Amino acid sequence: MALTREQIAMRVARELKDGYFVNLGIGIPTLVANYVPKGLEVMLQSENGLLGMGPYPTESELDADLINAGKQTVTTLPGATIFSSAESFAMIRGGHVDLTVLGAFEVDVHGNIASWMIPGKLVKGMGGAMDLVAGADNIIVTMTHASKNNESKLLDRCTLPLTGAGCIKKVLTDLAWLEISDGAFILKERAPGVSVEEIVAKTAGRLIVPDEVPEMTF
Amino acid sequence: MAGFDKVVNSYADAMAGLEDGMTVIAGGFGLCGIPENLIVEIQRMGVRDLTIVSNNCGVDGFGLGLLLEDKQIRKMVSSYVGENALFEKQLIEGELEVELTPQGTLAEKMRAGGAGIPAFYTATGYGTPIAEGKEVREFDGRPYILEEAIRGDFAIIKGWKADRYGNVMYRHTAQNFNPMAATAGKITVVEVEEIVEPGELDPTQIHTPGIYVDRLIQGVFEKRIEQRTVRSS
Repeated sequence: MALTREQIAMRVARELKDGYFVNLGIGIPTLVANYVPKGLEVMLQSENGLLGMGPYPTESELDADLINAGKQTVTTLPGATIFSSAESFAMIRGGHVDLTVLGAFEVDVHGNIASWMIPGKLVKGMGGAMDLVAGADNIIVTMTHASKNNESKLLDRCTLPLTGAGCIKKVLTDLAWLEISDGAFILKERAPGVSVEEIVAKTAGRLIVPDEVPEMTF
Repeated sequence: MAGFDKVVNSYADAMAGLEDGMTVIAGGFGLCGIPENLIVEIQRMGVRDLTIVSNNCGVDGFGLGLLLEDKQIRKMVSSYVGENALFEKQLIEGELEVELTPQGTLAEKMRAGGAGIPAFYTATGYGTPIAEGKEVREFDGRPYILEEAIRGDFAIIKGWKADRYGNVMYRHTAQNFNPMAATAGKITVVEVEEIVEPGELDPTQIHTPGIYVDRLIQGVFEKRIEQRTVRSS
């Protein structure tokens, strides 16, 4: 079975380490906050200028002046800090954020990522995604392995305009956990009940399959 | 106005001198920390062919979205736009130009503009469509692109509290782009919720020192929420 949105978030959460500063993109990455392992302290960074983001506010806590990068109302946790956009991107560009999780349309064996622009469709913008992928060393891309038409999104070369070049090393799809190295995807884990053959069939880019590919457990 | 006193008494005075074809840098992220009354004044003035530098372009009927109604904006420099139907329509019909700029690069362009730095190298955007035509240089084996600073004829800013000298504090994430925008205007206009006397604010807590501020006005704010998300308990 392909992973659910929640399982993708749960698997990403296993990569968290105590004391990590983490930036979570919009969509599935946001769900990772729900699965932080017990006993670990992590702080969420929101690129509009907030470190130490808390949950949504109650009705009585609601404050128009306190939002996240998705423009949703949020709260702060004890120890939080608030700063300007320039300061926020100094943290991001300067490599001070320990883990970045974001979605994508396509990734390729060279570590390129396309996530912001589909030619012919209205382009709304890249927001902070180009800064995040250029600045972070530790990025996990979460995405579906193939499109609804069964076309692979893991390619030899991205076909869509890039968000960043040569910056992605880890990809979690609904079918597999893969790493990118030396011009190939390396299959590290597969979703429960998903065969290696299915992953091979749905990966267009060069794929290295080790002798043992453990199955994820939840 | 006398000495360091920056207070003006009307929004007309606050935006006096804004003309057709000028560049206006606006603080704010989404609808958070936007100079909503200064935008209303620009709408009232009816100036046209403006270049607006702002992370976003408001929504239909509020914020910078108001300036789309009478087609006052010729060009937007932003990282993310198009949440408003009117914006999309004018873009498709070619009445509006958009220069998409990565969010961190946009913040740094404003910061550099205010700090006397004409351009800077960044890895952001290398190998992407936004790098086209830009100088590339390697440092320690990594390629970077050259991005130029931005300055505005006007900067419009939303603060929380200020003293009469224009020393400004921001509230929560309503800070966002405001401090950089405030440094990058030839004329910087700040609207705040409360104006106090010099000496009443702690000097160590000032985000924008008054040296950057030309005009200051106290306003009443709607503070519309774009994505109202709450939890039950």
